Amino acid sequence: MNFDFSEDQKQLKDQARRFLENKSSSKAVRRILETPEPFDRELWKGLAEMGFMGTVIPEEYGGLGAGYLELCVIAEELGRSVAAVPFSSTVYLTAEFLLAAGSEAQKQKYLPKIAAGELIGAFAYAEGVGNASARNVHASVSGGKLSGVKLPVLDGDVADIAIVAVKAGKGLSLHIVELDAPGVARTVLETIDPTRSQAKIEFTGAAAELLGAEGAGEEIIERVLDRAAVLTAFEQLGGADRALEMARDYALGRMAFGRPIGSFQAIKHILADMYVSATLARSNCYYGAWALSTEAGELPQAAATARVSATQAYQHCSKNNIQVHGGMGFTWEFDCHLYYRRSNLLALTLGSLSQWEDTLIDRLAKRNAA
Amino acid sequence: MNFDDTPEEAAFRKEVRAWLDANAPKEYAAELKNSGFGHTALKSVDVGVASKAWQKKKFDAGWACLHWPREYGGRGATPIERVIWQQEEGIYAALSSLFIIGHGMCGPTMMTYATEEQKRTYLPPLAAGEHIWCQLFSEPAGGSDLAGLRTKAEKDGDGWVINGQKIWTSGAHYSDYGIVITRTDPNVPKHKGLTMFFLDMHTPGIEVRPIKQVNGQSGFNEVYFTDVRIPDSQRLGKVGEGWSVSLTTLMNERLSIGSGMPTGFPDLLDFVATLETPDGPAINDRNVRSRLASWAVKTSGLKYTAFRSISALSRGEMPGPENSIGKLVAGATMQEIATFALDLQGQAGALVNPEQAAAAARFQAMLLRSPATRIEGGTDEILRNIIAERVLGLPADIRVDKDVPFNKIPTSAKA
Repeated sequence: MNFDFSEDQKQLKDQARRFLENKSSSKAVRRILETPEPFDRELWKGLAEMGFMGTVIPEEYGGLGAGYLELCVIAEELGRSVAAVPFSSTVYLTAEFLLAAGSEAQKQKYLPKIAAGELIGAFAYAEGVGNASARNVHASVSGGKLSGVKLPVLDGDVADIAIVAVKAGKGLSLHIVELDAPGVARTVLETIDPTRSQAKIEFTGAAAELLGAEGAGEEIIERVLDRAAVLTAFEQLGGADRALEMARDYALGRMAFGRPIGSFQAIKHILADMYVSATLARSNCYYGAWALSTEAGELPQAAATARVSATQAYQHCSKNNIQVHGGMGFTWEFDCHLYYRRSNLLALTLGSLSQWEDTLIDRLAKRNAA
Repeated sequence: MNFDDTPEEAAFRKEVRAWLDANAPKEYAAELKNSGFGHTALKSVDVGVASKAWQKKKFDAGWACLHWPREYGGRGATPIERVIWQQEEGIYAALSSLFIIGHGMCGPTMMTYATEEQKRTYLPPLAAGEHIWCQLFSEPAGGSDLAGLRTKAEKDGDGWVINGQKIWTSGAHYSDYGIVITRTDPNVPKHKGLTMFFLDMHTPGIEVRPIKQVNGQSGFNEVYFTDVRIPDSQRLGKVGEGWSVSLTTLMNERLSIGSGMPTGFPDLLDFVATLETPDGPAINDRNVRSRLASWAVKTSGLKYTAFRSISALSRGEMPGPENSIGKLVAGATMQEIATFALDLQGQAGALVNPEQAAAAARFQAMLLRSPATRIEGGTDEILRNIIAERVLGLPADIRVDKDVPFNKIPTSAKA
């Protein structure tokens, strides 16, 4: 049994960590948090130079043609550094939609640009409060023109193209819309995590091109969301681990009552529980990575497991990181809130935790009955 | 990243399977599979007799205590081979519970500290299941604070005289031998005045009283020592170094108890799929599903954490600290699952007779046994301290009794 990353993959991870410690420092993330600048363009350029956006994109479309295990270790490091870039929307979603359902011409047109860092994508699904599904999507396409309101769309304000879900009878269809075209109006939204911007996009007869078969939207979305769930789980894992380290380091250095607060059992037990949840999440993420990289039949179950576990772990670690820091953890000056914000944002993208819990049990029950 | 055996591992697994297929006591398979948590029972035969027979059969064919050296009754197998054996033995491992303490803790302690002659005398019958061993550590005054123990051993000529009381001794009522930690010097700080021995449980002056537990069974005992005389040759390690000897034992205890612990989740998933409510099967209820999801990911997380440790063994490395979470997660999860399963049963959740209760009363058995899982072999709180101190590197607790002679430490009686 070798249920671990290879030496080469671990080296790639180290390389990504060194790069991000330098280019996505807390100072760099705070620049996005505190200014109207929507994302870190310099970091985005650097990630493109490293070839990270094209990790799994085949060489014929300008990518590196490496595997998903490589993309998983990069995702973990992006999460650890709370990188302020539209990587997930572009790489885990837009590129995956194109790979899963795009025509040859669509792949030729967009994938090389994504691999080169020249194109940002977004997935426009939700239309207001509540998890999106075929039952609450009202946007529609008629004669190649798309109309409707999508909100919120992660990275929708900075994206060049969007994959838009629209009504198709009782189901859904997907369309590609170029966002600089007429009939597209975008408004930036204020959110709990300003380091990842979100937008409201109003389509009024915007030119739209079908992606995949008419009415096949739900099936494609499910497939792509499972893949994105594993990759996002690695971002969450990276963040959870970093939050645990921050809390541990603070507990070692902070003195109270004449001793380091980390010598009190009340603090030790909080940290031990953070370690437990991060360790469970890591093992479940590895399971997801294995399923994703081998296209295993278990992928739906593994993806939901990794997603639920990593969401719980990141929320648990980020909130307790603040608790261990005490009042200082609630200041703008300390970095705890960057992780608290991101953990709660990532818990909602791709469908919220309760929806994934429901999906997980649905899939486990079906497998169990089979 | 893969779950595949190496060619050597695959060959070993094939050999194990072939032997098990030809020799496992398949007549008990159905009953072992359905046995309640924490209690294995067989209708046709005494479970102790069946356990000893299975152990002897394994021993004779060279499949007992795989990781022990051959000269002491083992197979000299690698750690990964031991794991493969455990995976393949499956439900029949329920017949090994009599021997867990002896094989997992007493044996390794004897291996490290006994003389060559003693090892050759005592270890093979232990491996063969002919002798059962127990571990006499905890006391009324020393549980989590084990080094606070008070049972004393006093030098008397060529031997020692032991007086005192042990408690929570698993299997003492059917054990042939035991290892016992005693206080030999009360005038030095508590960790420095301890000495370890092994002894025959039939030595005059030993009295074993089973403790009736919450679940009605009696796996644990009180053991009283009244002027129990043993020769100095049964001392393990030097006088005053019993604490470091006990750490050898406890390290093995945490390894053997912490791996592959059940949470009860597969049982619960089966149960909610078949439990009919006025609104259809219980699993269709969204609240039920949300509760289940958290336990599903804990159970899965434990499984794949074990796989990560096994991968390290497969590469010939020591597993990382991730192993330490097993019992902490499994014990509490099982208790939650049991409570929830009873809740779904309504008032009938109170029934405990397997003939009358839902799911053959397996959740009631879990409910009544799981409190012990959270205590034995290190309480949840001690395990959190261990994770915090040894894995995360936080400072050890400030111990007010550290440099105080043992007989000057305040106790509950003289605080």
